[in-house]
Amino acid sequence: MSSPTTLLDKVWDAHVVSPATASTPATIYIDFHLIHEVTTPQAFATLKERGLKVRRPDRTLATMDHATPTDFERKGGGVVIRDADAAAQIRALEDNCREAGITLYGLDSDRQGIVHVIGPELGVTHPGRTIVCGDSHTSTHGAFGALAFGIGTSEVGHVLASQCLLLEKPKRMSVTFNGRLSKGVTAKDLILGLIAKIGAGGAVGHVIEYRGSTIATLSMEERMTLCNMAVEAGGRTGIIAPDDTTFAYLKGRPFAPQGAAWDEAVARWRELRTDEGAVFDREVTFDASTLEPMVTYGTSPGMGVPIGGVVPEPGGDESAAKALRYMNLAPGEPLRGRPIDVVFIGSCTNSRISDLRLAASVLKGRKVASGVKALVVPGSHAVKKQAEAEGLDAIFREAGAEWREAGCSMCLAMNGDRLQPGQYSVSTSNRNFEGRQGQGGRTFLASPLTAAASAINGRITDAREFVK
Amino acid sequence: MNEPLRRLESTFVVLPNENIDTDQICPARFLTTTSRQGFASALFADWRFDKAGALRPDFPMNRPEAKGARILVTGRNFGCGSSREHAVWALRENGIQAVIATAVADIFKRNALKNGLVPVVIDGDSHASLVAHPTATVLVDLERLLVSWPGGEAKFAIEPFARHCLMEGVDELGYLLKEEPAIAAFESAG
Repeated sequence: MSSPTTLLDKVWDAHVVSPATASTPATIYIDFHLIHEVTTPQAFATLKERGLKVRRPDRTLATMDHATPTDFERKGGGVVIRDADAAAQIRALEDNCREAGITLYGLDSDRQGIVHVIGPELGVTHPGRTIVCGDSHTSTHGAFGALAFGIGTSEVGHVLASQCLLLEKPKRMSVTFNGRLSKGVTAKDLILGLIAKIGAGGAVGHVIEYRGSTIATLSMEERMTLCNMAVEAGGRTGIIAPDDTTFAYLKGRPFAPQGAAWDEAVARWRELRTDEGAVFDREVTFDASTLEPMVTYGTSPGMGVPIGGVVPEPGGDESAAKALRYMNLAPGEPLRGRPIDVVFIGSCTNSRISDLRLAASVLKGRKVASGVKALVVPGSHAVKKQAEAEGLDAIFREAGAEWREAGCSMCLAMNGDRLQPGQYSVSTSNRNFEGRQGQGGRTFLASPLTAAASAINGRITDAREFVK
Repeated sequence: MNEPLRRLESTFVVLPNENIDTDQICPARFLTTTSRQGFASALFADWRFDKAGALRPDFPMNRPEAKGARILVTGRNFGCGSSREHAVWALRENGIQAVIATAVADIFKRNALKNGLVPVVIDGDSHASLVAHPTATVLVDLERLLVSWPGGEAKFAIEPFARHCLMEGVDELGYLLKEEPAIAAFESAG
């Protein structure tokens, strides 16, 4: 009998083209490659310089999301991009995809959206697949039991040219979540709680497998939020064993297996789980049942506290002290009630339909505080259409929020949506780094519920005031 | 292709903070480009320059003694966050060839190795000793996998193949392309 192995081992072993030797790492096959406009032009240029072709355009899918504006004009079926550099990047992606025969869901496509929203939505993200993208939040796809991780532009070139990567095997880490989340506490709070516990570098070198009784209670969209921010704990990625919830989500999606192939696939996918007795390099347990809504106060995602908490003393930690200076917050100061300028609901962390429903449940029949700018940005064109069919857009608009086109928007300041220097935001995105949402901008990371409630009061607010 | 790199001898600059993310190393507004070049002024732009675009004299890399330093010594988990390889390109354009820290973020490390930037991960005590010698010249020796300075030394590890690529100035793509028969066999077996 073979020794028990983890989910990571099973997916890894199934993709070894050439095993590691004393002098070379393993060659690992990549089942699927997602690409976008910002991290690919230099990779395509490398292929051209070397006279190489894209090896498997059929295993590559492109969209545009990062540099694309979310308030563009549609003119005569086309889209007008005002920023010349962004327009050039978009044009380069269109040209490169056309030349290579890669399917591109551009701004004129009803399948366009944030790359980590459309992959699962289209059924491209299958359990057991290896998936990469030139974007750190590729970890999102781990929610399906895929081994999915972000790569840099050089490796984008490697995958385009060879459909493989040279990889050292990451270490195995298990995070076991026990118990059911209380009312008003979301998957976003769970991941912010975990990162506050283990730190922004707590999982460096590891793949985190999320396990435990909490996971079974989470929807696929909640699991995606959890895996999305594994990288914010320093993890190479996050991964969750597929189950009936996974299969129910995937069934019938455009790129999911159909008919007899579906049944075969599900039978295969059911084997993708960590064996009893398998050993992890590191194990962490976390009680989800006592968790409160979380909010960050600093400039690293690990700087988070329960929403009723206060800004901690930095002690002798110069990094923490620098963060408080940047945020202009004092130790001991409560976070709840802190005035804010902007609320951003969106990003690959929290822009799916269930996130928008949560935000709408709070905003319905209420108004965004005067002087607060609230931006709701759906993760994809499909999410936008669904939200509009449910009347969520009307709820947001009537509340005084802006309802935008799909894209990364104010998660990262490179598409026109950004904070002004000194402004404070409550944001459902993933990074509170200095200037991440705009030079001099200050970010409080939180859940869609917290963001919506904070928009109404114009201050950091515990959404449980509104959610009875 | 990168220049072969076997030994690097240089003074260093200390950025003591932990979790320095790639948004600081190269802010997102510099990413709307299709080139691998042009990141010289992007490096630590919001820390290095004031609002008027003038160098901030108090930023460690701007001090006179930092001139010519090709090694950056930083706090834990350097390069966390976004996968942007532009952060590595920006460091390289500014002459940085090694980063010494007690931990370097995973994706950043992989990007660094592909661009002739050596990620040197050393233990906490050695790191503290190095930081206590701010004017020292450091030797990063890839043959011996040893970093040394007057009064101290520390071992570090680099994946054997990545080390080979750094020392010979070759990249991984050539090796991967030679894997073609094995890749084709893997595909037909699947």
